[in-house]
Amino acid sequence: MQKLSEAAVKQINEICDRHANDKTPLMMILSDIQKEYGYVPVDVQEIVSEKTGISVAEIYGVVTFYSFFSLKPKGKYIIGCCLGTACYVKGAQQIIDKFSEILGIAPGETTEDGLFTIDALRCIGACGIAPAVTINGTVYPKMQVNQVQKVIDDYRSKED
Amino acid sequence: MKINTSEQLDSMICSCTEALNNKINGADGKRAVVLCGGTGCLSSHSNEIKAKFEEVIAENGLSDKVTVNQVGCFGFCSQGPFVKIFPEATLYRLVTVADVEEIVKTDLMNGQVVERLLYVDPSTQEKIQKQDDINFYKKQKRVALHGCGLINAEDINEAMGYGAFKGIQRALTMTPKEVIDEVLASGLRGRGGAGFPTGRKWSFAYANEADQKYVVCNGDEGDPGAFMDRSILEGNPFAVIEGMMIAGYAIGASEGYFYVRAEYPIAVNRLQKAIDQMTEIGMLGDNILGTDFSFMAHIRLGAGAFVCGEETALLNSIEGKRGMPRPRPPFPAVKGLWGKPTVVNNVETLACVPYVLREGAGEFASTGTDGSKGTKVFALGGKVNNVGLVEVPMGTTLRELIYDIGGGIPNGKKFKAIQTGGPSGGCLTEEYLDEPIDFDNLVAKGSMMGSGGAIVMDEDNCMVNIAKFYMEFICDESCGKCTPCRIGTKRMLEILTKITDGKGTMEDLDELEQLSEAVKNNSLCALGQTASNPIVSTMTHFKDEYIAHIVDKRCPAGICKNLMQYKIQKDKCFGCGLCSRQCPVGAISVTDYTAPGKKKPALQIDAEKCIKCGMCMASCKFGAIVKE
Repeated sequence: MQKLSEAAVKQINEICDRHANDKTPLMMILSDIQKEYGYVPVDVQEIVSEKTGISVAEIYGVVTFYSFFSLKPKGKYIIGCCLGTACYVKGAQQIIDKFSEILGIAPGETTEDGLFTIDALRCIGACGIAPAVTINGTVYPKMQVNQVQKVIDDYRSKED
Repeated sequence: MKINTSEQLDSMICSCTEALNNKINGADGKRAVVLCGGTGCLSSHSNEIKAKFEEVIAENGLSDKVTVNQVGCFGFCSQGPFVKIFPEATLYRLVTVADVEEIVKTDLMNGQVVERLLYVDPSTQEKIQKQDDINFYKKQKRVALHGCGLINAEDINEAMGYGAFKGIQRALTMTPKEVIDEVLASGLRGRGGAGFPTGRKWSFAYANEADQKYVVCNGDEGDPGAFMDRSILEGNPFAVIEGMMIAGYAIGASEGYFYVRAEYPIAVNRLQKAIDQMTEIGMLGDNILGTDFSFMAHIRLGAGAFVCGEETALLNSIEGKRGMPRPRPPFPAVKGLWGKPTVVNNVETLACVPYVLREGAGEFASTGTDGSKGTKVFALGGKVNNVGLVEVPMGTTLRELIYDIGGGIPNGKKFKAIQTGGPSGGCLTEEYLDEPIDFDNLVAKGSMMGSGGAIVMDEDNCMVNIAKFYMEFICDESCGKCTPCRIGTKRMLEILTKITDGKGTMEDLDELEQLSEAVKNNSLCALGQTASNPIVSTMTHFKDEYIAHIVDKRCPAGICKNLMQYKIQKDKCFGCGLCSRQCPVGAISVTDYTAPGKKKPALQIDAEKCIKCGMCMASCKFGAIVKE
């Protein structure tokens, strides 16, 4: 396993210190790590364990329970397909299937080049513009199956 | 400025009310532009529109004559983004950045209404200038959504100008017992789904002596298709905090926790700002309004687990554990957060509490039915014209909700069912449309109120597929602690998948029924206990669809992929070959049949090779390809 850089260790320590005065701070620490560091691998969990005195087993249990925490890094572009009921009845499944088909990955996975991750989201509350897709925070309203290829191409072309 | 006494609060409220009224009726000599700042409208560039307004207003030297503010959700999401201009209260809808210049020049500078941006009534084609004249709003009553779409949710002064803190002010003049009695008298029941009387819940926690008690606000709105709690937190966070304080005073708690989904960054942000502003003026903290009552509120974020909407799982999550439910009893009112007596209330419930104290229990109870008082917020979505957030008095019929407010089904399609209560609820068909909405009646009819998601389905939706969709959701979200839910939901999903794949047998239906019953009776928490509701209700109302899938190997709505085939109608086919070029698997070939009047032979689809992607149908210019 790749060793954590010094900067990373410092960052994780700093996040733990931030919540030192809170009762039962584990969820908040993990949320901040996920947000700022991007993922929560086992060696990061070990540092959290040392800082908080909570066992790695328990931390690992919490990390794997909640869908927001991930053990692996995510892609540069996170394609969030809303699969809330309102989007689903308007064809969201076909949209996410199309993304999967074109990128060759299942929801939750990341492409080998590290560019795209597909996430199946539960209701993002944009029911008025269903089916909705968000890519790194940009919302694509009323998506259609035949627009999927173009959306992916647009992001790919940014990389060339 | 710190508010230390009730009199200081009075004078503050007085000046804030005057300022807000002046803004709305133009007595301050200014025009006010307000924009919807809910998540839906922000996705449609409400922020950019606001920036553009500020820019154009400055360019035209109007900065001291016009104010621009973002407010909470207007509710009518399918017509957003909204811009409203006071004092005339003109409402513009579907506004884009490109429209801003025209609104400024025509309306703000010349006093003319921009007609093309007004809402058009679909039945009369009449243009409507005022929000209250739109059918969507006519039957609504705003209690929980008080102030949403009117006040700037990030400005405590506007909140105080619109009734904030009058509820806690009155509560502090009463004994805790009197506050509980008032809430009991109002008939307020928990809006999170179960409908337990709020006052009763409080009285249990009140009766338990402890050195520390807690109030927890459940903002883990996980039901897919429901977004009322988010909109309340985004539109008027002050009301929810005030409701929490009143609960705290009633049960003797000095600390409260908001547990909000991490998926709701805007709501979390506004809630934090509201807490900060209230702390700054002394409405949160020690000795509030000079009394002995002290209260502090904190925010904790969820991390994407639906089961945390269950109150004991939520408490575990705040405690930094896996969000698994605890066996009850002991109930949280006895042993809750960190083992202390705790009241867990939903966001919408707490938002109703200040209203009860401010206006009185009698006023609150004057709307609603015998068993369910007040109003309920619904997130109306799916196949309905007016998608959005609506708050209606209890007792409103489903027909009024779907047709009068929702504007009916789009594209002239036929109504099939409305699903209430999300994955824990059930669907109701046409014959129930005139049933009044209240907690007990919906349960009696085989569905439930739930937290307020209301998804309309039309003839194009396959009900077996919908049941499967909810079961996939539940299966995914089952925490795995108890066996009936962990394994039972998985087995039910397998059977449903088998049926939608065209491999089901009639015995499978019996097995589904048995499993439904077993999972319902034996699961630890409400997630499992209600998991089979969508199956039971679709099997009751749409047995014929299940049978069509099993016996005829046919999906009547044409949704289940494995049961459907694309076919080229040979007499309509021009043989142009466009579809065969689009087909990703080369499943389309030429036949030796040429239809009368056509020059080239018709094409056909090889069902064995076809992956049912639908590209051919989408590409055909002559409508010759059908799905059956």
